[in-house]
Amino acid sequence: ALRDDDYIFPSYRELGAAVVRGIDLVRYLHFYRATWHGGTYDPDEHRFGMVSVPVGSQILHAVGYAMGMRLDNKPVCSLVYFGDGATSEGDFHEACNFAGVFKAPVIFFCQNNGWAISVPLARQTAGKIYRKAEGYGFPGVRVDGNDVLAVYRATREATERARADGTPTLIEAMTYRMGPHSTADDRSRYQPEDEIERWRSLDPLFRFRKYLEIEGAVDHTFVEQVESDAGELAAEIRKGIVGAPSRDAREIFEWTFTELPPHLARQRDEVAAALEEEGAGG
Amino acid sequence: MADVTMAQALNGALRRALSDDDRVLIFGEDVGKLGGVFRITDKLQADFGEDRVFDTPLAESGIVGISVGLALAGWRPVPEIQFDGFSFPALDQVISHVAKYRFRSAGTVSLPIVLRIPCAGGIGAAEHHSESPEAYYAHTAGLKVVIPSTPIDAFNLLLASIRDPDPVIFLEPKSRYWSKESGELEPNGLPIGRARVLREGEHGTLVTWGGMVPRCLLAAEAAAEDGVSLEVLDLRCLVPLDLDTLIASARKTGRVVVVHEAPMTAGFGAEVVARVVEDAFEYLEAPVLRVTGYDTPYPPAKSEEYYLPELDRILRAVQRTLTF
Repeated sequence: ALRDDDYIFPSYRELGAAVVRGIDLVRYLHFYRATWHGGTYDPDEHRFGMVSVPVGSQILHAVGYAMGMRLDNKPVCSLVYFGDGATSEGDFHEACNFAGVFKAPVIFFCQNNGWAISVPLARQTAGKIYRKAEGYGFPGVRVDGNDVLAVYRATREATERARADGTPTLIEAMTYRMGPHSTADDRSRYQPEDEIERWRSLDPLFRFRKYLEIEGAVDHTFVEQVESDAGELAAEIRKGIVGAPSRDAREIFEWTFTELPPHLARQRDEVAAALEEEGAGG
Repeated sequence: MADVTMAQALNGALRRALSDDDRVLIFGEDVGKLGGVFRITDKLQADFGEDRVFDTPLAESGIVGISVGLALAGWRPVPEIQFDGFSFPALDQVISHVAKYRFRSAGTVSLPIVLRIPCAGGIGAAEHHSESPEAYYAHTAGLKVVIPSTPIDAFNLLLASIRDPDPVIFLEPKSRYWSKESGELEPNGLPIGRARVLREGEHGTLVTWGGMVPRCLLAAEAAAEDGVSLEVLDLRCLVPLDLDTLIASARKTGRVVVVHEAPMTAGFGAEVVARVVEDAFEYLEAPVLRVTGYDTPYPPAKSEEYYLPELDRILRAVQRTLTF
């Protein structure tokens, strides 16, 4: 629903959007492999911001970016992803407020999956997320987040409003977290099994495939081809990221400031000496 | 040459930055029509328009957070936080994003943001309006921290900060806003990261910055009457720290007293002491001492004179190093 020059601000769960933006997934996954923090793709080239971890903090960046585009009279909007938990953070509210006041062409895309690790939505808010937009002076819409076409349409309409006169939109996409938050999570402690089962039948990929098949847009061969292509791609990415070497430890000094200040030069020399010693020893 | 105040000098630097570079944006609380509570942005909105100089909602995290997005969109944001004590809601944006963006993007994206914060005490202000937050920022890797003490330095260092490709925390000592200096508001090419020897001396060095600079100069004058010759060093920038000038002075005089307004424990003075001990130990004649604000919250204005390092406290510390 976005144009190529619209800018996406992800949280740390936007693998799908990264694929759409043509980001090399091995580079993207450096973040998860702990070889580099933000991923090693160029955010500008892909119009896709760095993975952002402090919950909700990236929402303000999307607003600032959209304000910047408006100041330049460019018909570009930004879209920011965040979860239901993020709507409890102050930055979400400050971001909505700034966007409303400055008419920043931004789309707030809330993936409401019902859970922030173990805490259910009812502990995040006593209201409805999409209705919070009203308090900030712009439209909020709720959409079935597991309906691909509904999400597409809601997003496209939001971009049209944004481009027309800078009206922001808050989209609340209803979905469900089917997996654990992380490998350290134990969701059997809090997620009801029947709830998971109910949502399993609403799988968006399954539903969209069924729709395409019923409409006659794709046939069985096509679906099989996509699945086998995806399997191959996944294997390739796994190979790339598992085999990825650690980066040169001296880089951390080069990347802190544009010009290396004297105190960092000293510290870099210390690491350089240690690396040389290791090299000599090995 | 005419006298200029630091407030005028800062206004002049912002005016110059706005006219030299049409990507510079100034925003914050009350910076528009009012010209800021200290009038540092006086008449800038009238002269450069509401797109370049604008008021924001009252939300500090928001002010800094949108700065990140504006910088990514190719602008050079120079946001103002109204007072030191209100810079704390923005710390998450400063620490988690502003300071780390270049690092996290593997050197790909630098954020040229200058966050201006009026800081420190000595002006009889209300609670939360006299904090000295420099150590928080200096401790955050990825930020430059600048704190001028004179109008001409303020002018040039603010211009240098706005030109810098990396984020700068620009601390403006409120007690120096109305200080005057004779000079022209013309760029002199002063870079970030150079300390200044304000007075040369032989027997000891007072290392200071911001609002304590004039007191240290007075202390040096008083000491001179007793035949003690003190060097006074204004650091001007805490990050990067001008180690060469600091260490040269410590080696020359052999006695160092650090003076700052912030509380002593883990204040930036501790960093100065450590650097001096590491690099000038064999030249030292006495322990390196600190004269600072006390380890209490900043007191009510009527008591701040007992809290801030005053002349006698500075001179007593100097005496201790001389008689060690």
